[in-house]
Amino acid sequence: MIFLNYFISGISLGSIYAIIALGYTMVYGIAKMLNFAHGDVIMVGAYVCFYAVARYELNPFIGLVLAMIVCTFLGIIIERFAYKPLRQAPSLAVLITAIGVSYLLQNTALLLWSSNPKVFPSIIGRGAFKLFDGELSISHITALTIIACLVIMAVLTLFINKTRLGKAMRACSEDKGAAQLMGINVNATISLTFAIGSGLAAIAGALLCSAYPTLMPTTGALPGIKAFTAAVFGGIGSIPGAFLGGLMLGVIEIFAKAYISSQLSDAVVFAMLIVVLLVKPAGLLGRQTQEKV
Amino acid sequence: MTMRRLINLKRVEARRIYLTYFIVILAYVICQTMSSTKILSSTMRGMLVPICAYMVMSISLNLVVGISGELSLGHAGFMSVGAFSGVAAAILMQGFIPFAPVRLALAMIIAAIFAAAAGFLIGIPVLRLKGDYLAIVTLAFGEIIKSILNNFYLGVDSGGLQFSMLSDTTRLLAGGKLIIRGPMGISGIQKIATFPAGFILVMISLMIVFNLVNSRSGRAFMAIRDDRIAAESIGLDITKYKMTAFVMSAAMAGAAGALFAMNYSTIVANKFDFNTSILILVFVVLGGQGNMLGGIIAAAALTILPEKLRQFSDYRMLLYAIILIITMLGTNNQEIRNFFAGLNPFRRKEHEEEAA
Amino acid sequence: MTKRIITCTLLVLAMASCAFGAAFKIGGTGPLTGGAAIYGMAAMRGAQIAVDEINAMNAGITFELRYEDDTHDAEKAVNAYNALKDWGMQVSLGSVTSKPCEATAAENFADRIFALTPSASSAAVTEGKDNVFQMCFVDPNQGSASAQYIADKKLAKKVAVIWKNDDVYSKGIRDTFVEKAPGLGLEVVSETTFADGNDNDFSVQLTDAKEKGAELVFLPMYYQPASLILAQAQQMGYAPKWFGVDGMDGILTMEGFDKSLAEGVILLTPFNADAKDEKTVKFVAEYQKRFNEIPNQFAADGYDCVYAYCQALTQAKATPDMDAEAICAKMIEQFTTMTLNGVTGENVKWAKNGEVTKDPKGMVIKNGAYVGLD
Repeated sequence: MIFLNYFISGISLGSIYAIIALGYTMVYGIAKMLNFAHGDVIMVGAYVCFYAVARYELNPFIGLVLAMIVCTFLGIIIERFAYKPLRQAPSLAVLITAIGVSYLLQNTALLLWSSNPKVFPSIIGRGAFKLFDGELSISHITALTIIACLVIMAVLTLFINKTRLGKAMRACSEDKGAAQLMGINVNATISLTFAIGSGLAAIAGALLCSAYPTLMPTTGALPGIKAFTAAVFGGIGSIPGAFLGGLMLGVIEIFAKAYISSQLSDAVVFAMLIVVLLVKPAGLLGRQTQEKV
Repeated sequence: MTMRRLINLKRVEARRIYLTYFIVILAYVICQTMSSTKILSSTMRGMLVPICAYMVMSISLNLVVGISGELSLGHAGFMSVGAFSGVAAAILMQGFIPFAPVRLALAMIIAAIFAAAAGFLIGIPVLRLKGDYLAIVTLAFGEIIKSILNNFYLGVDSGGLQFSMLSDTTRLLAGGKLIIRGPMGISGIQKIATFPAGFILVMISLMIVFNLVNSRSGRAFMAIRDDRIAAESIGLDITKYKMTAFVMSAAMAGAAGALFAMNYSTIVANKFDFNTSILILVFVVLGGQGNMLGGIIAAAALTILPEKLRQFSDYRMLLYAIILIITMLGTNNQEIRNFFAGLNPFRRKEHEEEAA
Repeated sequence: MTKRIITCTLLVLAMASCAFGAAFKIGGTGPLTGGAAIYGMAAMRGAQIAVDEINAMNAGITFELRYEDDTHDAEKAVNAYNALKDWGMQVSLGSVTSKPCEATAAENFADRIFALTPSASSAAVTEGKDNVFQMCFVDPNQGSASAQYIADKKLAKKVAVIWKNDDVYSKGIRDTFVEKAPGLGLEVVSETTFADGNDNDFSVQLTDAKEKGAELVFLPMYYQPASLILAQAQQMGYAPKWFGVDGMDGILTMEGFDKSLAEGVILLTPFNADAKDEKTVKFVAEYQKRFNEIPNQFAADGYDCVYAYCQALTQAKATPDMDAEAICAKMIEQFTTMTLNGVTGENVKWAKNGEVTKDPKGMVIKNGAYVGLD
């Protein structure tokens, strides 16, 4: 029973990684850039939601929508001013700029909202589903996160595969030059990707802070890195891969803590990542690209 | 590419190398004079050694990122291995090598050896991967090194060296001393790192890298970076060359770590985290990939910048972020870059070559 | 807007104090940005209030305070320290957090600038340095005092410890606690850790403690992770006794914190913002007025440091025209002999090695407020 409990804890943690990883992987898949500021957009989303719910006592759902709007705009602004001018630049330059944006967001948050940690009000309460006479419990927030992940995954997959905009995104992801020649507005498509990715970040922020109710300007940074790891684990660029990678990372982390050593859990998680990448160099569900000679 | 252009390229390259040496020596002479005549503020004096260490880190990472074209996000891990092994060595030698500069030099060599060994072990799996996957694996190793060092205990007593993992079970005899204390790192380090030592380390690193780059291996590195498949098809042993670059780079990072650590009285594994790896990467990218001089100038500038922004108190790090973004945009946006390139004769030639 | 008014007032005050004659230049470093900013900001604000109060008293002694950001990093702390040295710092407040303070304390020792750190609590901060003193308890003492307290009050027999594996403070307290516990009849049945990056989920640590039958969980950590632990334990339906250290102080003032979660938490802390004595009431009121927050122990330690300096400098008849080294000698003499009554304790004394002696107050949280245990 304890094993199952740990497993459920792993799934709860993993579902949070997964929902952050979805945003990472989506942006990477289309724009081919590692957006290290994603974690900090999550933090901003969480703060907006916090202020809406705790200070202005709005309905959590309205708070979430508000956070999504703010983050989407934030994503568009960041993209417009920081990433768009670098469309032709080497990918490393964009990576460093993303890190600059991450510092910028963290320090702005510090000035605006102070460094004092805030306790996030859960958007759906702290209840849990009890199974087997309360031996097992799955918190509502975990259930909600997993449902959210699945819905987002389904919507994203449908969007990318069935709509014109989605088709444009796939084209950009395959070959920007060719997409341009086919009359696709590559710039606009990439901007749209960022807007969607940032909107997802707001949802991830609200869920992250509902599950682990603490909020500081640095809240997004470390989960961001873990989620990035999860995205690579599952095969970066692959939407189901991000979900799977996130869940697996969470479960591995909890099992490593429980059965190996809580002190070395991070080392174990990263060692697992290395092993997976050695066996499957493009991650679990990643596409092995054929080299063109 | 005609023969004539090749000769020209050599000349530009040679000029750039001598210019780099010249600027480093000049900067050293100026700083040393200013420092000994007390014109330099305490703040600047205090930063001389770390700046040297960061310059070496920048050179070291440039070898991997700029020359052989692999993205490493865990370079601070090697610095960490070097810092801990170097400091531990220096403490052990305290008894029988009283002359500090020799102890420092030996400690840095030992640090370089340990870091090189780590580089080799890590290189075996890492170099089988490519691109972002390689990057994430280096990140992973950086985190693993941090995690292990946070749980590593090393002590010395009359029975020799004792070490343990997870908790301190070294059971030292009376008179023994615990050197590395897990998350508490190393305390009470003798500050034997000096600016001249830092300068020498920078010069040695530059010589190593320039010699490597302008040798057969160096041309192989660049061939591999520019077109791996073509390089492979002419029979270059890719893994061997990549490994050479990786191990050399790790060794330099190790020596830099030892220098850095011995400038402070205390060191912890958490200092060498992902953020430090990123900071070093920023030096390289800002200075221009493969451009050693650019990298070391960026290292100095980005170390001094946050200190010079102190007058803005609360807004300090915010300004730092903004300056970082603007510089990246300024140096990488093609339009702005072309504008500057037009002003700089050296750069223009480079561009022509890139275009060719 | 209020912030701006405060800054202006501070500026005016600073200028006014300059006009009256030279002031002692007192400097400190602490994390004012980054993840640990809360501690640095609190210490700085506490010290600033004390400086303003003293300057307004016209008691013949004035201070000029400057805090520099060290982002909780030893390297940056040394840079910040050097910046303060260039500014002309005469007495130092060391650094707010332990590892940076170890680095700056070595500089303090080499430069002969006296240091009194508000909150850097590791033993290595003062070790081997005659001119570095602490305002807070040293970590090993907190560990043994906690074990002693638990045994004396017969709070529990079986104890679990959850500590932060990459933190000097947490590790320092944990080490002596675990070492001391068996001798006092306490059995440490479960010992688990967390670190930066995996400090969100505590289900494993709590399950382990619960399974092994721990009646009391010792939490040597700051209040932010502690708040998560309390919330998750409640979700699990695990309700042991909770025992915290001074880093736990501040948990009740977290915005949005459900105070019922902390019901019954016991902690040893030198400072209690709800205390009714005149000094504390005045300090807390002023802090709340200025910063719209309840001060935590870091703020109180910063506040006390400045008053300790005020007392020592006055008694030593030091003047602002003396150089740092001369003041340092006088301060060593004063601090090893004087007694301070501050907001973090009555009859505060210092040993020759710089460690402070004051009584930790056992507090228990009842109905969302601290209540003295003794």
